[in-house]
Amino acid sequence: MERFVQLVIDGIAIGSIYGALALALVLIFRSTGIVNFAQGEMAMFSTFIAWGLVEGGVPLGLALITTLALSFLGGMAIERVLIRPVENADPLTILIVTLGLFILINSAAGWIWGFENRAFPRALPDDSADIAGITISYESIGIVVILLIVSGLLVLLFQHTKLGLAMRAAAANPASSRLVGISVGRTLMIGWGLAATLGALAGVLVAPQLFLDVNFMGGVLVYSFAAATLGGFDSPKGAVIGGWIIGVAETLAGDYIGFIGSDLTILVPLAIIFVVLLVRPNGLFGSPEVVRA
Amino acid sequence: MTLLTVERDSPKHKRLKLAGLALLVLLAVIVPFLFGPYRVSQFTLALVYAVAVLGLNLLVGYSGQISLGHGAFFAVGAYTCAILLDRTGIHYLLTIPAAALTCFAAGLALGLPALRLRGLYLALVTLAIAIATPVLLRRFDSLTGGSQGLAVEQPTAPGWSGLADDQFLYFLALVVAVPMFWFAAGLVRRDVGRSLIALRDDETAAKTVGVNLATFKTRTFGLSSAFAGVAGALFVFNNGFVAPESFTLVVSFSFLAAVVVGGLATIAGALFGALFIVFVPVWSADVNDALSGVIYGAALIACMYVFRSGIMGLLRSAFARLVEVKGSTTGRVDDDVEKVPVGDADRRAGAGAGGVRP
Amino acid sequence: MLIAVLALAPAACGRDDDSAGGGGGGGSAKADPGVTDKEIKLGGSYPFSGPASAYGTIAKGAEAYFDFVNDKGGVDGRKINFITIDDGYEPPRALQNAKRLIQQEQVFALFNTLGTPNNLAIWDYVNQQKVPHLFVATGASDWGKDIKAHPYTIGWQPNYVTEARVYSEYLKREKPNAKVAVLYQNDGFGKDLLGGFEKAIGDTGIKVVDKEPYNVTDPTVSAQMGRLARSGADTFLNITTPKFSAQAIAAIAKSDWKPLHLLNNVGASKTLVLTPVGLDNAKGIVSTGYFKDPEDEQWQDDAAVKEYHAMIKKYSPRTNSNDAFAMYGWTVGQTMVKALEQMKEPTRDSLMDAVRNMDVEIGTMLPNNKIQTTPDDGYPIEAMQIMEFDGKNWKLQGDLIEAAAD
Repeated sequence: MERFVQLVIDGIAIGSIYGALALALVLIFRSTGIVNFAQGEMAMFSTFIAWGLVEGGVPLGLALITTLALSFLGGMAIERVLIRPVENADPLTILIVTLGLFILINSAAGWIWGFENRAFPRALPDDSADIAGITISYESIGIVVILLIVSGLLVLLFQHTKLGLAMRAAAANPASSRLVGISVGRTLMIGWGLAATLGALAGVLVAPQLFLDVNFMGGVLVYSFAAATLGGFDSPKGAVIGGWIIGVAETLAGDYIGFIGSDLTILVPLAIIFVVLLVRPNGLFGSPEVVRA
Repeated sequence: MTLLTVERDSPKHKRLKLAGLALLVLLAVIVPFLFGPYRVSQFTLALVYAVAVLGLNLLVGYSGQISLGHGAFFAVGAYTCAILLDRTGIHYLLTIPAAALTCFAAGLALGLPALRLRGLYLALVTLAIAIATPVLLRRFDSLTGGSQGLAVEQPTAPGWSGLADDQFLYFLALVVAVPMFWFAAGLVRRDVGRSLIALRDDETAAKTVGVNLATFKTRTFGLSSAFAGVAGALFVFNNGFVAPESFTLVVSFSFLAAVVVGGLATIAGALFGALFIVFVPVWSADVNDALSGVIYGAALIACMYVFRSGIMGLLRSAFARLVEVKGSTTGRVDDDVEKVPVGDADRRAGAGAGGVRP
Repeated sequence: MLIAVLALAPAACGRDDDSAGGGGGGGSAKADPGVTDKEIKLGGSYPFSGPASAYGTIAKGAEAYFDFVNDKGGVDGRKINFITIDDGYEPPRALQNAKRLIQQEQVFALFNTLGTPNNLAIWDYVNQQKVPHLFVATGASDWGKDIKAHPYTIGWQPNYVTEARVYSEYLKREKPNAKVAVLYQNDGFGKDLLGGFEKAIGDTGIKVVDKEPYNVTDPTVSAQMGRLARSGADTFLNITTPKFSAQAIAAIAKSDWKPLHLLNNVGASKTLVLTPVGLDNAKGIVSTGYFKDPEDEQWQDDAAVKEYHAMIKKYSPRTNSNDAFAMYGWTVGQTMVKALEQMKEPTRDSLMDAVRNMDVEIGTMLPNNKIQTTPDDGYPIEAMQIMEFDGKNWKLQGDLIEAAAD
């Protein structure tokens, strides 16, 4: 029993990592209708900037804030320059552009900072708590708390603010939104900026544990996509809970299902995506879309 | 600057096309005699990749189904061929249809559930498959040789041909690639081709003219994979070695890049896309090691903005300046290539929550 | 289709200066390709990009050594021209590079190609072309197993099976009834080392109680570490590459599990692994080495190591001379030069003759750890020494352990 609980706790810890990036994916989707394949790489790039600042002598807190701000600006710039020209195109085009962005950012980061891995300073305390024989690290607790706060803020943003409303309108129906005076361009830019910031936050939270290198977000991406799918692509709380479920499923499967073992755990998100889309396509908390035929 | 004006489908037009084809054939045939073995092997590789890219183009460009896992089918074809060559005594030529059939089946198997997935979700699922491929190859190591890989004997030039081995491999690839291109072109030109494009652009309308979406989409998946399988077998002939590291995500990304850069929904584009992915990494690596990734990414993005039909589009417009073809546009499916921007509602539906068609 | 033709025409007309006709080496009676009175051309394929690119530093170390030798006049008046090409750790690209190096660049020999699958992909071709395939940068045991099948190929570093035996010997002495938990990379490297270890402990009291694989595409090994920690083992064998070595060490530091930690040589880099993880967390970790650690204070006044630091600074200033990979490159470069010096005639066969009859000492190798080959022994280095991390540096323990892989 104790082992089971420990596995669940471990699963939630790792699931929080997936959920962090999934939140950025959900934000981008909710506010712009686009799913960004390059979200992880953007997060990685931001994390490297933070690292560079710290290496340059900037204190950690200031470096993090600066990075978040720069990521916001960067996200807006990417939307304006790269995405705006194709935002009305079909899903394939957008997918390819974001894929191109993925490859571009990944290589650019390698060019600038090299491919070796390095440490990233932790903002959260290092120790673990030992409760009734179960080990929980403070870092994981910290990440979970931050995730809950952020997802709560996002829910607030979307449901209870004018900006959030404007974003949802702009994403759902840009033409009509313009008619009622919403500046669609500006709203989209803000959406991208916020998502980039969230991604940066995810990166700096997770880098101390995963160690920073050019590919550290790459592995997380598929899991985060699965988390967002499971939770519903337009639900912030779905992203977090989805992440946890995937983390727990993966940890339990690795332990209890011999075939999967430790190396085939990638099959878990794959299976989950399939099952969710067949059984309950909107995910656990997503809202059904009405398509005007 | 028009040099020439012809009436479409006139005898002059037909002669011009025939001349062009003859020139192409001539060029293709002299290549191995003009260049040394290294360069020839690069062209051979381009032919091999072109077959795979052609398959992916059928799927992505013509039927609008996004696959980030083409490399997985390529791997299945390659390993089918390698395992057969390693374990059985069959003639290497027979591994080609074997690989094609295996991959066709695998493609169908994926195509069925893929019907329920749209756009982004299909991309995700195929992405996960591509990531899982090297892992699965290692897991089933009694079959695949695991991390050690499988080394097989490459086909050698038969004595009567008087060719060197590299030249023979080139011709082998050519002799396989040409019918594949011809087949794909035929597929696209007939009504089937129209249906595929109709599917891609507007499924509801396609339904009303009686096109059976499910069959077409699934079959396209199967066909696309079969192409990848054939390419995989040719790949083994040329390398004589397969290992899980040969089939990472990079391969799937490269194929997609080749489809886009060569020209979405074009047939000849596959060849240019393949040349792009064979030569660009070599050239850019000579400049700077991280550069090839930057170029790939930038090329993908640029193609989506500016060069919507990739290299083929560029060439077409250049050619159109020189030779004006007058006449009706019936029967020219390729003209449908320029995509009409799809409306916002459809975009949301495609990328939206659910991802399952009603 | 018309367009395709017209576009291809110019491409075809661009004729490259390839080797004449379709054929391989076998040049004139005087010297083989790649060797003139003034120059020797060597070729290498390395992962300068992609996930394995940290190993690219090896090439920098070798290049620095060749530059150093060239400035002193080269080998018998011939300067070494080392041409390296990126392969992104992809076997098909490595094969393309090998073809290019041999046919287009006409190198005399291939040197220090990196990666087990990459070398497996090219060795049939290279041997067919009768081109020396020297000192490959991988610890797989393949390269010395069947010399007759691939006579032109030879490894260099102690292979993984040898390394595994060294750990086994160490445990036999220190902890004869150890219960070992293993984390290993799910590829040739990891499986080779694990296999060697399991074989070496075969009839001893040492037991492997749990083994967990991981893939390089996994974001983290925390799940595996969790399982290993609960396995009841008192010893941990860590067969990982740098990023994952760091994660594993960090995981142990955070947990209650404090086993005897055996860290494989590849993951023992102070720069890439221990410093990021925190030197204190690495205290007590045991690993193996076969050349002098450039950061080890005990070699501070060692002439060979001092020369190394100075020359890296001079010839490759952007390379961190504390990076063990650079030292690896420097040392294997020296081995190559020794072979060239021993070569009697400027022919490939003569080079192979020299390579298969070596008995040399190199300053940056550990004392008494010679490079030795015979026509029957295809493993140049077969001894390693245990080292323990004291919180600041790796400290060598005991003596060199000879552990031939048979």
